[in-house]
Amino acid sequence: MKFERYGKGIAKGLRVTIKHLFRHPVTVQYPEQRLNVSRRIRGNELIWDKERCTGCATCAKSCPQGAIEIVTSKGEENNYIVDKFEVDTGYCIFCGLCVESCPYEALFMGYAYERARYRRQQLVLAKEALLVSDERQPSGYGRPKVEATLPQQTLLLYRDEVKK
Amino acid sequence: MALKTEPFVLNIGPVHPSTHGVFRMRAILDGEVIVDMEPIFGYLHRGIEKLAEERTYTGVIPLTDRLDYLAAMSNNLAYVLAVEKLAGIPVPERAEYLRVIMAELQRIASHLIAVGAFLNDCGAFFTPFLYMFREREKIVDLFEMVSGQRLLYNYMRVGGLSHDIPSEFLPALDKFVSQMPGFIDEYDQLLAKNEILLARSKGVGILPRELAINISASGPVLRASGVKWDIRKVDPYSIYDRFEFEIPTGSVGDAYDRYWVKVQEMRQSLRIIKQAMGQLPPGEVKSQVPHLLHPPVGEAYGHIEAPKGELGFYLVSDNSIAPYRCHIRAPSLMNLTALREMMIGWKIADAIIIFGSIDITMGEVDR
Amino acid sequence: MAIANLGLNTLGRLETLPPDWPGGFWWHWLFFTVVIIAFVLLLVMGFIWIERRGMGRMQARLGPNRAGPFGLLQPVADAIKVLIKEDIVPTNADKIVYWLAPVIAFAPALMIFAVVPFQDGALLADLNIGILYVVAISSVSTVGVFMAGWGSSNKYSLLGAMRNVASVVSYEIPVLLSIVGVVLIAGSLSLNQIVLAQDIPFILLQPLGFLIFFVGGCAEIHRSPFDLVEADSEIVAGFHIEYSGMKFAWFYLAEYAEALAISAIITTLFLGGWRGPLLPPFLWFLIKVFAVFFVMVWTRTTLPRVRIDQLMALAWKFLLPLALINLIITGIQVLTWPVALPWVMIPVNFAIMAILVLLWSKLFKLGGGRVEV
Repeated sequence: MKFERYGKGIAKGLRVTIKHLFRHPVTVQYPEQRLNVSRRIRGNELIWDKERCTGCATCAKSCPQGAIEIVTSKGEENNYIVDKFEVDTGYCIFCGLCVESCPYEALFMGYAYERARYRRQQLVLAKEALLVSDERQPSGYGRPKVEATLPQQTLLLYRDEVKK
Repeated sequence: MALKTEPFVLNIGPVHPSTHGVFRMRAILDGEVIVDMEPIFGYLHRGIEKLAEERTYTGVIPLTDRLDYLAAMSNNLAYVLAVEKLAGIPVPERAEYLRVIMAELQRIASHLIAVGAFLNDCGAFFTPFLYMFREREKIVDLFEMVSGQRLLYNYMRVGGLSHDIPSEFLPALDKFVSQMPGFIDEYDQLLAKNEILLARSKGVGILPRELAINISASGPVLRASGVKWDIRKVDPYSIYDRFEFEIPTGSVGDAYDRYWVKVQEMRQSLRIIKQAMGQLPPGEVKSQVPHLLHPPVGEAYGHIEAPKGELGFYLVSDNSIAPYRCHIRAPSLMNLTALREMMIGWKIADAIIIFGSIDITMGEVDR
Repeated sequence: MAIANLGLNTLGRLETLPPDWPGGFWWHWLFFTVVIIAFVLLLVMGFIWIERRGMGRMQARLGPNRAGPFGLLQPVADAIKVLIKEDIVPTNADKIVYWLAPVIAFAPALMIFAVVPFQDGALLADLNIGILYVVAISSVSTVGVFMAGWGSSNKYSLLGAMRNVASVVSYEIPVLLSIVGVVLIAGSLSLNQIVLAQDIPFILLQPLGFLIFFVGGCAEIHRSPFDLVEADSEIVAGFHIEYSGMKFAWFYLAEYAEALAISAIITTLFLGGWRGPLLPPFLWFLIKVFAVFFVMVWTRTTLPRVRIDQLMALAWKFLLPLALINLIITGIQVLTWPVALPWVMIPVNFAIMAILVLLWSKLFKLGGGRVEV
C-alpha cells in the first residue's frame, strides 16, 4: 500500500469544496430573473396562421400522436375552407414534426413555456385560440425568418465567466 | 452455542431514492448480508415497440427519444441508422460530422449523470452530483440552441438532421471543449483518490470477464471487466473510422473500475469532438427523402455504442409507411442480467453501490 | 448534602455556589435552565441555517434565501411546518416505545449543557466529575434511537437502529481515552478547571487526541461521513422513517442539539472554551463553537459515507490503538517534564501524531468484503 492512504485524498477533496464556497453560485432566481430561451424553442403552444393555411392537413398526417384534427369543406375556387382546426395540446408531445412538414409555413411552435392551465378542457385549442397575439409569440423552430428576429439565448458557458 | 438467526425479506422497493427509476429488488437478508436477490422490473413499460408499428418512420423518432431519456441523441442516431440501412439512403458529409459531434456530446452528458448518481449513492451528499449537473447544463444549453428542447431532442432525421446548426454553436462548443478538461480534473481531485470512496468501491461487485462476455454485457460495464470491445472500433458506423481515440479498459471489473472507465471515456469524447470540429465541411444537412417513406421489403439491424452500451434497432419492413416490427436491443436490460451474481454476499450498502455503478435507466429496460 | 441543609431557607448562601453570584441556589438553577434552553434552541436554529446555506454555497448554489433576509427565518419556517404536519402512527407500532423514543433521544443532548462553562464560573452545576457526567449522559440517547427503530415495526428502521447501536458502542472507547489525555494535563475532571488550565489551548498539546475526538464525535452523533444510520440513499432515513410531525421535530432537533453539544465539548476541551483576548468571553465561546461546526459541515459536504463494518474497523483497529498510545505518551510526558511541559509537548506530540498516522495507516487493513453464502 502506498502512503496515499493517510488522508491526502480527503484533504484534496476538502480543498475543492472550500474553493467553491468563494465562487459565485450559478443559480438563477426564477421568477425574478429569467434566462432567454433558445430561438428555436419548441414551446408549449402552437400558433396557426389562418391566411396561409390551405387545409391540406399535412400536419395532421405527420403528427405521431394524432393531436391535430382538421375538418374542411369544398370552397368555390377549388380550394378547401377550414371548418375545424383543433389541437389538443394536452395530448401533443411538442415534437415539432407538424411544423416541419407544413409546406406553406402556416404553423409555428410557440415561444412561451409557462402555459399551465387548471382544467384539461382549457388545453384543447380551436381555431380562434390558435392565432398569433401579444401573449402568443411564434418561435423560430423551422422558420428561419422568425428566428432572426428573436433575442439570443443566454448560455451558462458565458454566464459563468462573468461572475467569478 | 451459535445464536439462532433467520433470514428476512426486504423489498428495496420501486419507490426508493436510489433505484434510478422504478426498479424493485427483492432481497433476502441475513443480518445485513444479502443471501439472495430477485430483480423485478416492468413498472415503466409503455409499449414503445408496439406503438412504433402504428407510426410512420419519421414519427417513431420522438418515441425513441423516450427510451433512454438521459441520452436521447444516441437513441435517435441508432434508429435513424437502422432505417437508412434498410432503405439505402445516403447521408451528406456535414450531417455525418454533426451527428458524431452530437453523439459524443451526449456521451459526456450521460456519463456525467452516471458518475454523479454513483457518487451520490456512495453518500457524498449531492456535491459531486451538483457539480456535474453544472457541466451538463452547459451541454444541454448547446442542445437547446440546436434543436429547441432540453431533454428529448428529436433532432436526427432519416437522411441527416432536421436543421443546421446556428452560427453561435461552434464558438460556444469551442469554449466548452477548452473548459471541460479542467473540470474533469477538478472532479478527480474531489473524489478519485478519496480513501473512503476507494474503500467503498474497490473490489465491490466484481463482474468476472467470462461472465460479462456470456451475458452479452456491453458498454462501460464490459470494458471495466477487461474486454476491449467498442462498437466504434470493431464495427465502425457513420464516420468513426476517421477519428483517432482510445478505448479505456479496466482490469478488475469492480465498481471503481466502472467509475474510472466512464471518466476516461469523457476525456476521449472531448478528443473526438475537437477533431470533428476541425474537419467540419460545409453543405446541406439532410438528403432528399420522401415525406412518407416506403422502404423495400426486408430487415435491418442498426447498432451504435450508446453511453450505456450497445443500443440496437431491429427493423422489419413490408413496404408500408410504418415498420412492421421494431425491436429494441436495450443495453441496460442486458447489463442487468448479472445483478444477482454481483450482489450476493455483499451488504445492503454495497447493493446500492453496485446497482448505481452499472448505470441503468429504467426507460430502456422496460421500454 | 448541601440541598438537605437547605430546608426552608431558600435564600441562604451555600459553599458550593460561586462567590460572586447573587441570589440563592434556586435562582441560579432557574436562571441557567432558562439560559440553556434558550441557548440550545437558538443556536440549533443558527446551526440549521449555517448548514443549509454553507452547504449550498459549497455546492455552487444558493442556500435558502426566501424565508426572511438571507433565509435567516428558514429554521423558523421549518419548525412551523413540522408542527402543523399530520401525526401518522403505523398500526403495528409498539405504542409506548414509539411515543417515548423521541423524548429519550433528545433529553441527553440538553442535559450535557449543564456542565459546559459559558464564562468563568458560569455553569449550571460545577460538578467535579464534569466530563465523566458528559460521557455517561451522551450514551443514553442511543437507547432512544433503538426504541425508535424497534417501535416503528419497519425493517428499514430496525436496520438503522442496529447500525446506530453498533457504531455508538464502538466509538465510546477511543473518545473516552482521548479525553483522559486532556484530563491528565489539566489535572481535574471538572470542565471549569479544564478551561482555566488552558493557557495554551490543548489542541496544540494534544493534536492526536483532538483528531481522535473529532472523528469519534462525528461518529457518535452520526453525522457525515458516518451518517449510515440515517443514510438517505440506502435505508431512506433509517430509524426515523415512520415519524412525522412533532415527534420528527424532536429527532431533528436532537440531531442538531447533539452536534451543538459535541462542538461545545470540543471547544471546552481543546480550543480553550471562553478564553480569548479582546471580546467578551461569551462571544469567544460562540465563535469557537461555530468554527467547529463549520468544519463538520465542510466534511459533510465533501466526503462519501462509510459502510458499517468499515466504521467499526476504523474504531477498533485504527482509533483505539492510537488513543492508547497517545495516553501512554501523555502520561510519560506529564510525569517526567512537569515544569517545561508545553515546550516539550508541542513539537513532540505533533511529530508523534504525524509518524503514527502515517505508519498506522500503512498497516491498517480494512477487512470485511464479500461474505461466502
